Amino acid sequence: MFSEWKFTIKDIAEKPDLFMSGHRACAGCAPATVLRLVMKAVRGPTIVTNATGCMEVVSTIYPYTSWATPWLHTAFENAAANASGIEAAIKILKKKGRIEQEQIDVIAIAGDGGTYDIGIQALSGAVERRHDFLFVLYDNEAYMNTGIQRSGGTPHGASTTTSPAGTVIPGKLEYKKPIADIMVAHEMPYVATASPRYWRDLITKARKGIEVNGPAFLHAFAPCPRGWRSDPSKSIELSRLAVETCIFPLWEAVNGEYQLSAPSKVIALRPERKKPVKDYLQVQGRFRHLFTPKFEKLIDEIQRITDERWQRLLKRCGMT
Amino acid sequence: MKSVIKQEVLALNGDEAVAYAAKQSDVDIVAAYPITPQTIIVEKFSEYVANGEVETEFVCTESEHSAMTACLAAATTGARAFTATASAGLALMHEMLFVTSGCRAPVVMAVANRALSAPINIHGDHSDTMAERDSGWIQIYAENAQEVYDSVVQAFRIAENPEVLLPVMVCLDGFTLSHTLENVNVLPDTVVEKFVGTRQLPQVLTHEGKTASFKLDPENPMTVGSIALQNYYFEFKRQQEEAMRNALNVIKQVHDEYAQVSDRSYGDALVESYCVDDAEIAIICLGSTAGTVKTVVDKLRAEDVKAGLLRIRTFRPLPVKEIIKALGTVKALAVMDRAISFGGNGGPVYHEVRHVLYSADKHPYVVNYIYGLGGRDTSPEQIRKIYEDLQRILQTQHVKTPIQYVGLRE
Repeated sequence: MFSEWKFTIKDIAEKPDLFMSGHRACAGCAPATVLRLVMKAVRGPTIVTNATGCMEVVSTIYPYTSWATPWLHTAFENAAANASGIEAAIKILKKKGRIEQEQIDVIAIAGDGGTYDIGIQALSGAVERRHDFLFVLYDNEAYMNTGIQRSGGTPHGASTTTSPAGTVIPGKLEYKKPIADIMVAHEMPYVATASPRYWRDLITKARKGIEVNGPAFLHAFAPCPRGWRSDPSKSIELSRLAVETCIFPLWEAVNGEYQLSAPSKVIALRPERKKPVKDYLQVQGRFRHLFTPKFEKLIDEIQRITDERWQRLLKRCGMT
Repeated sequence: MKSVIKQEVLALNGDEAVAYAAKQSDVDIVAAYPITPQTIIVEKFSEYVANGEVETEFVCTESEHSAMTACLAAATTGARAFTATASAGLALMHEMLFVTSGCRAPVVMAVANRALSAPINIHGDHSDTMAERDSGWIQIYAENAQEVYDSVVQAFRIAENPEVLLPVMVCLDGFTLSHTLENVNVLPDTVVEKFVGTRQLPQVLTHEGKTASFKLDPENPMTVGSIALQNYYFEFKRQQEEAMRNALNVIKQVHDEYAQVSDRSYGDALVESYCVDDAEIAIICLGSTAGTVKTVVDKLRAEDVKAGLLRIRTFRPLPVKEIIKALGTVKALAVMDRAISFGGNGGPVYHEVRHVLYSADKHPYVVNYIYGLGGRDTSPEQIRKIYEDLQRILQTQHVKTPIQYVGLRE
């Protein structure tokens, strides 16, 4: 199912960037790091398509582009439909001898809005139709491009501009949608979560998603200093804390079989290494209100949800 | 020149005529979603795919929005893309119609015209396509199933012409055309194949200074659909308008070339004049209603009434000169609209024709008849009544009610 592709840090450093420097992402933007890593995983000719969002806007301000691959953006809700059309065209044009390349891979990129919310219909449809493409969700947990509005990917208790922490309501009341599990439920061949802190794991998973026949889904955690009200120098640290607290565990599901990835497996085997969610929450301004007497109970609630989800995941991975 | 090509006569409804034309036109990808009264098109095409009669990737999308997206993306990858829709489906595509024309993707789409909700109604009127008249798509309205077939074949050539590179909508009246069986002359496969050819790609300059085909190609990476702000957006839009202007000629050229092959033509491809050269009273309409109007014109002519018809075949781009020229002798004109522009003082065709006539030397009386909404039938008697109204206007030199409704309970 997967090739035996092995790489060293030197290989990766020397591999030309397909998502190039010069884009206009903010300082500390983890989505940009995610894309750079994903593009290090390509195996050959690749076409990229992007939903409307931060990464689209910062990388293609006409007449400039950061993309050394062919790249298409059409709208917000349809990155997966773009991929469908591109993939179908490659298939038939190869058959008719109008595309010479032996293989062209297709990668669709979207943020949490373009995946959890407005993009889920096109995504679900494209996966059901078994198009051969990798869908990369860079999850910065809100509509950052439009100014930090809540999405289906925004976690419980986070303050955003449309779920502000007020005197009565403590930020977002609803819970983060388990999007990767929803994708597994599509019985697709490959689903994985990844964090840019664990770059080797992320690149390996992106490569698997590219190599697998049929649709693949990579859910990449992607801190946003502007939206999270966090220190731009701490984005990678937050990417680590999210894994260590089990807020964002790393796993993959090959043909629906869940398996923990090394950084989370360590915690499963040595539960004492699991850090409290507080460590993760307290360094982000979007959770600042939780550290006031009025709303502090919510921290317990977030811990409870995190633990519940973690236990459920361990069960799925056969580790209970 | 008479065509010497032997053509087969098939009994096809309008939808089947669309599917048949698409089948013969070497379409690489069809991405579509079913909706009445277009469904027969995708059903028929699915059969062609299932029976191996076409080399086409058929993508059954989960919505019209994704259907148009997939067509646009496939066209940008270098494929010839086709789809079909109607009514709510077209409305759901609205956003992507603008993106498709803006990305200069030459997608061809058949629209089986149908009323928009609410109340929900599956029958024919033009409210769906009229709502998209500013979407940057070329719009051709067919009168009968034969013209539907011919127009779809022509549409690929028009859309893909490097001077145009715009998507084309071929509009056929829901049920009246989509579901009505007619005798349709079809060209042999080889003739259509030769006429349409394989999708050609315009050559553009890459950022590396190379000349390359305009498509998503890893050999020559291009960024398509980028963000263009205050400093560039406007130029993109101006170029689209220029392409629309170019389309006026290309539509005529393709139509004339097709006429050589098929021995069939539709006016000058933009407008079709029927007894309008010396007419004093005339009707302007689009689509299948023209057939009814023609029978009434024949009767009136037999009674020595100088009545005529001008059918606008190409509504986008609007053939301004042709409309002015055709109406040279007309003193009273009725514009028929099968759509309503709420609060807009008449229907869309009326607006545009009145606007065109403002720059004409002579200004006929112009009145508007809104008709046939939600598939309401329009009879020859009602058309005759419109001509009688025009005669009365000429006699009295007075327009009593400029906007009227045909066959409506009031």
